[in-house]
Amino acid sequence: MNTPVTPWLQAKLPQALPGNHLPWLRQARKTALERCMAQGLPTTRDEEWKYTDVAAIGRRANLAPGNTVPTAVDGTALHEWLLPQENAALLVFVNGHYQPGLSNLSALPAGVQLHNLAQQIDLDPAMLQPFLGNKIMDDGGVAQNVFDSLNAAFATDGAVLHLASDTRLAAPIYLLHIANGAGAAIYPRHVIVAEAGAQATVIEHYVGTAGAANFTNVMTQISLAAGAGLEHYKLLEEDGAAYHIGGIHARQAAGSRFASHSFAVGGRLSRNQITTLLAEDGSECLFNGLYLASGRQHIDHHTRIEHAAPGCTSRQYYRGILDGAGRGVFNGKVIVRQGAMKTDAHQANNTLLLSRQAEMDTKPQLEIFADDVKCTHGATVGPLDEDMLFYLRSRGVDAVLAKALLGYGFAHDVIDRVSLPALRARMEKILLARLPQGAMLEELL
Amino acid sequence: MEDKIVLTIKNLQVAIDGKQILHGIDLNVRPGEVHAIMGPNGSGKSTLAQVLAGRAGYQVLAGEVSYQGRDLLAMAPEERAREGVFLAFQYPLEIPGVSIALLLKTGLNAIRKHRGLPELDAMEFLALVREKMKMVQMDDAFLYRSVNEGFSGGEKKRNEILQLAVLEPMLAVLDETDSGLDIDALRVVASGVNAMRSPQRSIMLVTHYQRLLNYITPDYVHVLAGGRIVKSGGAELALELEKRGYGWVEAQTGVHVAGSTAAAQGIRT
Repeated sequence: MNTPVTPWLQAKLPQALPGNHLPWLRQARKTALERCMAQGLPTTRDEEWKYTDVAAIGRRANLAPGNTVPTAVDGTALHEWLLPQENAALLVFVNGHYQPGLSNLSALPAGVQLHNLAQQIDLDPAMLQPFLGNKIMDDGGVAQNVFDSLNAAFATDGAVLHLASDTRLAAPIYLLHIANGAGAAIYPRHVIVAEAGAQATVIEHYVGTAGAANFTNVMTQISLAAGAGLEHYKLLEEDGAAYHIGGIHARQAAGSRFASHSFAVGGRLSRNQITTLLAEDGSECLFNGLYLASGRQHIDHHTRIEHAAPGCTSRQYYRGILDGAGRGVFNGKVIVRQGAMKTDAHQANNTLLLSRQAEMDTKPQLEIFADDVKCTHGATVGPLDEDMLFYLRSRGVDAVLAKALLGYGFAHDVIDRVSLPALRARMEKILLARLPQGAMLEELL
Repeated sequence: MEDKIVLTIKNLQVAIDGKQILHGIDLNVRPGEVHAIMGPNGSGKSTLAQVLAGRAGYQVLAGEVSYQGRDLLAMAPEERAREGVFLAFQYPLEIPGVSIALLLKTGLNAIRKHRGLPELDAMEFLALVREKMKMVQMDDAFLYRSVNEGFSGGEKKRNEILQLAVLEPMLAVLDETDSGLDIDALRVVASGVNAMRSPQRSIMLVTHYQRLLNYITPDYVHVLAGGRIVKSGGAELALELEKRGYGWVEAQTGVHVAGSTAAAQGIRT
């Protein structure tokens, strides 16, 4: 396919990855590495990567994760990054390595098992086998791309959450990822399993030290049994030189509910692939996303929702504001399998362009093989509405502040779906910092 | 008495997309006066209102507009608002995600700052807005709803009057504020406008129908046709129009005014 590039050929499996003593896991990693060596890096000639050029990742000196534990994280910086809220548990990862000293797992109620991946492998590797094998999901149709394979080969650590039947966590599980130092290749891997009727909220938060051209490649696998519910938040706030490729893959049993909130505001380039398999009757998913790009930032969301059973509902709402020479990409695929009657699927992608250099590529992809379904989609890309601007200005609001107000209102549609107050407040703060005259607007709120 | 005039419009000629709509409007408005601008569809009423508020897309071909002695047409829309010009929109816009409270607080404080008044804090602002909301019979809950989003036609118009009441302009231009209102909503809107009448504040009511003038008695009525004022009079002129229709003005003035063919036939181009 593509020409493999130097660091891919050089990549070797590090000795220190957790669970390397397990033959099945060692074999899975070897297979995954061979697969990505054979595939090489995608180019913009690949349809799936047409608008997102990852060549810069291929030019990196090294793609293998570091074995050593990185330098300590400054407590002040940590405090600034942390979302100020009550957490059921906090797990901190620095460059993909679990930091027990910065974490807190003391408040977990009965029925909740939460360990870092390395520990989980020691405790109960069989539980992980379905997830760390060579398929993203046992029965899912998600093809592994080269970055999925890369993560399968190199994952250093992550969080493994298991919720027993009917366990309900009121406070969120908070996974804070810090990219510290320069030029690190970071591979977290998270697994979330909710048994029947269990409910939880999980936050994945990504931050990083300034100016560091780190590369994060993360995968999160989610399995929801009948009636289970998961609110999943991913907040990407890395510094402007960082690269981030992420995958969130869920499988949903009957009557389960999955919400994915993806807020991508940091980094030089990010791509999140978010998928779910609505495998059984009456399951529901909500995909909610906000992307804010400025300068030369590039933010890509690729979604895939597979309706494989009757009576399932999917909702997608992605909004973005692009300024400077920022670029956004949205590709939303909805597949309705034969027999998935009474499917109710809706997808919306709306992007505001605040400058002439900003660019958005949006593409809905509906593949419907069933009758009696309701599938709708809509996309808009454009500048601020002149009539709305005039309306605000005619009330005495100056032109720049009027633009900020409209941008704020536009993005709020997505922020309004956030139920955690601390996360809402952080999103508001980020949004205001990104809007022209946002500081003035902040005083008015 | 020139210094007592709030608004002077002289020979105002305006085009949209190269098509001339206003063919020379002359009008003087003094403090405290209520002027009704009446006319059939296509006569240029709304164009006049929009040009006064500063909407883009209109080409002023000739004439001038002086507001409190300043060149109104040279001012940005927000500057006009801060100087005391207010337009109640015929079709108020929906602003998703921006609450009425946020819009009004932003606008009001910008206007107060411009006038050298202290900005209102949250408590003062809420007290003021709640009082004004009572006047237009709007529930408090509207404060935190997105501007006009999901509002009925009547609610949108009441929201316009609320904004008028909060921003306290010197010159209020109401563009077809009566259109689409049932009789109860019309009463509420009219009483709101009447409450805003004062010796300092001038009001221009742009309307197609006379019925709004049953509730708000104007000092002057002007009939706009073919882009110019063809007849002016007192409040009784509106009643006369109601009885005889716009065709009566046509017969009197020799200007064809009725129906949309007026512009097409070219009273003057």
